[in-house]
Amino acid sequence: MEAEMDSDLGGDRLTLYGAEFSSRLLAGTAQYPSPAILSRAIAAAKAEIVTVSLRRESGGSRSGERFFALIRELGVRLLPNTAGCRSVREAVTTAQMAREVFDTPWIKLEVIGEEDTLQPDVFGLVEAASILTRDGFQVFPYTTEDLVAAEKLLGAGCEVLMPWGSPIGSGRGLNNPYALKSLRAHFPDVPMIIDAGIGAPSHAAVAMEMGFDAVLSNTAIAKAGDPVKMARAFALAVEAGRTGYRADLMQARDMAAPSTPVIGRAFSSRARA
Amino acid sequence: MHIHVNGKALDVAAATLAALLRELEYEDGAVATALNQIFVRKSDRGKTPLKEGDAVEILAPRQGG
Repeated sequence: MEAEMDSDLGGDRLTLYGAEFSSRLLAGTAQYPSPAILSRAIAAAKAEIVTVSLRRESGGSRSGERFFALIRELGVRLLPNTAGCRSVREAVTTAQMAREVFDTPWIKLEVIGEEDTLQPDVFGLVEAASILTRDGFQVFPYTTEDLVAAEKLLGAGCEVLMPWGSPIGSGRGLNNPYALKSLRAHFPDVPMIIDAGIGAPSHAAVAMEMGFDAVLSNTAIAKAGDPVKMARAFALAVEAGRTGYRADLMQARDMAAPSTPVIGRAFSSRARA
Repeated sequence: MHIHVNGKALDVAAATLAALLRELEYEDGAVATALNQIFVRKSDRGKTPLKEGDAVEILAPRQGG
């Protein structure tokens, strides 16, 4: 039975822009207590894709190079981001710079529109996605659960969507499950990765049970008391949620329904026919 | 020449972007560059002249979410 389960999961691959992956947990690389803990957490998460960024560096400093060397040792696929960009121009230029340094057409496109929630500016996002896909990028847009924005991002050439669960770093989980379910149902064949706001393994499991294709987690793992153990918990939760989704969840109902057979119960007032 | 590098005002002698990286002791391959918010490929740095008031960004890999 276990072998059957393993083989079943082995055939359940995540496909992103034609590349296949076994793991459905993507991991961020920021905010870890140390590079060593980062490496161990990525291994414990069984993540095959990690997010990275570009930041200003002083001349003579080699910290970027050291970080890049560490990440290369992990043997994972890199998904550079445009985190913190607040205009189309900033996001497009940062994406072009990331493509050269990280040598990948993948870009997690963020165009931030609001300071308190760090919510995506979906208008700028669509414009930047359109520019970048025409330039050969494979864009992973960080978006809201808005159906119209999703439609326009797909029209701009995006083949993957990254809807938020809740604001970045908030750990609030899935703020709007109704809208996320609606998004999933409207675009059943588009790979969707829940990004941002995931605070606990249970949030990741719920997202996977809803039929989302993968989850990206950074803060919840990196800022845990034991990031390595939390990475393992997230890996298990994502696998459990995905397996549950594929096993076809029962429908919830308003009224109780006995699970133990009623017929033959002792002390009933009369025998049933 | 007075320019801005990563948001900081500097007086530099370099006439091109490639020369600026050498002057400021950057490793050529480990960083990406932009001039006045426009991306400049590594292969184009040597033929990209700098002028008074330019804003240069020099970015390196960093942790990200």
